[in-house]
Amino acid sequence: MSLMREMNNRALQLGVPLSVQLDVTYRCNERCVHCYLDHRDYGEMSTAEIKDLMRQMAEAGVFFLVLSGGEVFLRTDFFELLEYARALSFCVKVKTNAFMVGEREAARLARLHIDSVQVSVYSHRPEIHDAITKLPGSLKRTLTGIRLLRSHGVKVILANVLMQQNLNDYAGVKALARECGAEYTIDPTITPMMDGDRGIVQLGIGASDLENVFRDPGLVGNVEEFCKPPVAVDDDVLDELPCSAGHTACYVSPYGDLYPCVQFPLPSGNVRKQTFLDIWRNSTQLQEVRSIHARDLEGCSECWHVGSCTRCPGLAYMEGNMRGPSSADCEKSFARTGIPSLNMRRKAAARDSLVQIQGFAEVLGSQMSAPCREAV
Amino acid sequence: MSAYIARSSAVAARKLGSDMIIMSARDSSLFDLNDVGCVIWEAADGVTPLDEIVRNVVCAEFDVAPEEALQDARELVREMASFGIMVVSDQPIAPEAQ
Repeated sequence: MSLMREMNNRALQLGVPLSVQLDVTYRCNERCVHCYLDHRDYGEMSTAEIKDLMRQMAEAGVFFLVLSGGEVFLRTDFFELLEYARALSFCVKVKTNAFMVGEREAARLARLHIDSVQVSVYSHRPEIHDAITKLPGSLKRTLTGIRLLRSHGVKVILANVLMQQNLNDYAGVKALARECGAEYTIDPTITPMMDGDRGIVQLGIGASDLENVFRDPGLVGNVEEFCKPPVAVDDDVLDELPCSAGHTACYVSPYGDLYPCVQFPLPSGNVRKQTFLDIWRNSTQLQEVRSIHARDLEGCSECWHVGSCTRCPGLAYMEGNMRGPSSADCEKSFARTGIPSLNMRRKAAARDSLVQIQGFAEVLGSQMSAPCREAV
Repeated sequence: MSAYIARSSAVAARKLGSDMIIMSARDSSLFDLNDVGCVIWEAADGVTPLDEIVRNVVCAEFDVAPEEALQDARELVREMASFGIMVVSDQPIAPEAQ
């Protein structure tokens, strides 16, 4: 067992929140078409509030601290916060668009020995990247920031969110990462807005494109292994926990709201009203999340994909049921293996029934009253 | 002459149960110190000599002979220094040198 896995298991046994993402602001200098955030400032935590929260998190055992946004460098106290986080010995990862990273910032980040900087890059072509960020010149500035960080020895990860607009450019972004000496990660998931609006989800790539992406050895390595049929379901599989959200990880917004994960907006408490540890230990919402095992998932526990599915409980929650399926992950399991999930089959069967009912209704339509036709 | 030891500033560290988890910023390598290693790590302030740490902290907390404890402690700090997570010197170590 790797030391990282062992550490996670121990944190789970001890009830320690090993990893926290803290968004220090939702304000941003870019307006990415797929972004799930409302960029207005409704009263961010002050420098003193964030420092106090960091102190509480260190005492609670948090080791990995992801500082993200919004754009973190829009906070004029960002380096003060970063220095404080490092003085508390967190393993700090920073997420930024690197637009505001110049020579001075890159040198300062290197001196603070942060673990890594993750930078969003959508394309190697300015016309595509800048159209997604809606900020002219953003790719050029971002790449300058990345190169400066690398010249100071800072580990950089290029994060490539995949959508219809940049579907054909991931190989170019990957080559760009290699050229810059950066790591590369790709994500085909478009997250709904935090307020539940799912409009932006339609920007994501379709099923057949996802299938092609999952069969690109340059991305997934061994295609046969990656796309192999689902593993057999046994008690061990059904006893598994869905993911680390709420178990060894959580998310805190710029307003102090605590959620199981940035992609799981179940309000679980606010650090302005309660201590971090009080919420972590006693929140009824987090306790509910922790009570869910694979065998409790409605529909998923009987699905053949349950042992290998990447089901996100947060996306399921945003679909209306944290114990239910996440359609985006059903589609991923299908694109990977060619085998539809139980949820997909049930939906298809329901659609078939609906077609029959509609067909029946068309015959009777002229004989029904208007309200009846609306009901059908 | 006794050695002075200080935690490198290029690490992240956190106590998990009775162990100390340490990650090197140099290459993201992960280390796990047991309870004895953990007290040595926490006492490594750059100004307290290692033999004093062993005598006053390690031997006070654990049932171990001083000679044996010092030998093991020297081996441990040598190993940590080789991974760049501990600074060892024959003189007190200033914070900026950590």
